[in-house]
Amino acid sequence: MTIAKFLTIFISAVFLYNVILSRFLGLCSFIAISKETKPALAMSLAVMFVITMSSIITWFIYRFLLIPFNLVYLRTICFILVIATFVQFVEMVIRKISPMLYRFFGIYLPLITVNCAVLGIAVLNVDMFFINSKPIPGSFFYSVFQAICVGLGYTLAMLLMSGIRERLDFCNVPRAVKDIPLAFIIASIMSLSFFGFNGFKF
Amino acid sequence: MLALGLCPTLAVSISVSNGIGMGIAATFVLIGSNIIISLIKNIIPDRIRIPCFIVVIATFVTITELVMKAYAPALNRALGIYVPLIVVNCIVLGRAEAYASKNSVVNSFFDGLGMGVGFALALILISGIREFLGAGKLLGFTLIKGFQPVFVFAMPSGALLIIGLLLGFFNLFKNR
Repeated sequence: MTIAKFLTIFISAVFLYNVILSRFLGLCSFIAISKETKPALAMSLAVMFVITMSSIITWFIYRFLLIPFNLVYLRTICFILVIATFVQFVEMVIRKISPMLYRFFGIYLPLITVNCAVLGIAVLNVDMFFINSKPIPGSFFYSVFQAICVGLGYTLAMLLMSGIRERLDFCNVPRAVKDIPLAFIIASIMSLSFFGFNGFKF
Repeated sequence: MLALGLCPTLAVSISVSNGIGMGIAATFVLIGSNIIISLIKNIIPDRIRIPCFIVVIATFVTITELVMKAYAPALNRALGIYVPLIVVNCIVLGRAEAYASKNSVVNSFFDGLGMGVGFALALILISGIREFLGAGKLLGFTLIKGFQPVFVFAMPSGALLIIGLLLGFFNLFKNR
């Protein structure tokens, strides 16, 4: 467990392999909810929270339930069930505790269950930080840190995209590429510029 | 709708063989989950139907993953984490919710088959364009001698560009 390793995880999760622009995870929500900045920010915060919490939970399940009982092949079913339950639970809690917070990002929570980024990062964490079903030293902290960084990367891409699309409302674009096709093309150019980060290596 | 379902699979659309593999996997999952869901649609309580659907879909995805690991390990390595991600594909859950939970088994089977084949064709189209422009090959064979590959199409941004332009073209023809 070294600072350098954490720094590498940070750079690669936020810039190099940005969850949306290079791994294509969470692209659906990225295209669908990036029309304005405020909902985009709410969605990103919700995603960041859920990714972090679910990777903590899935790490414990994988380490203490699936590996000891030799059930590693059940990870997809287990993870998606846990994530779905957790998201439902959070939604109920938020609705009870704070109606204002619920109005801010509660409506996006059910969508997150089927957000590829959440399941993707859970699977990616156990792929990266477990070797032959054994956790590498510090794998728990790496997993959680990677989840937070992925959330940051998601937020960054989401804010950039919603900012651009807000401006595009005032532009005269060809009718055929209006809305979704144009969003894909913008995402492509953003992905190209993020590819430039490949230059710095550690 | 189909375009949004494609999202996570775009990452593997770098070569036609990947596209075909992913298309077959997704078709299998669609058909299997559609059949099972239409069989048990009367047993599932309405309030927890989404988790039930997800479990059925995840079961088929796990079957696909295990079979692929056993018989096509190279393909499995190439597709990586995107095989488990079929679970959260909007199309699979969407068809289960919108079609299989209301229709008979035979109809659901053909619905799954049709959606799966459409999905596979779209994926093969995109991966074909990407492989041809990005590597100058199709299914691993060089088509034009001396063709200088356009590297950008082999990168993630190429996939996004192609799907954006394709959607634009479809809209253009639809609006005529």
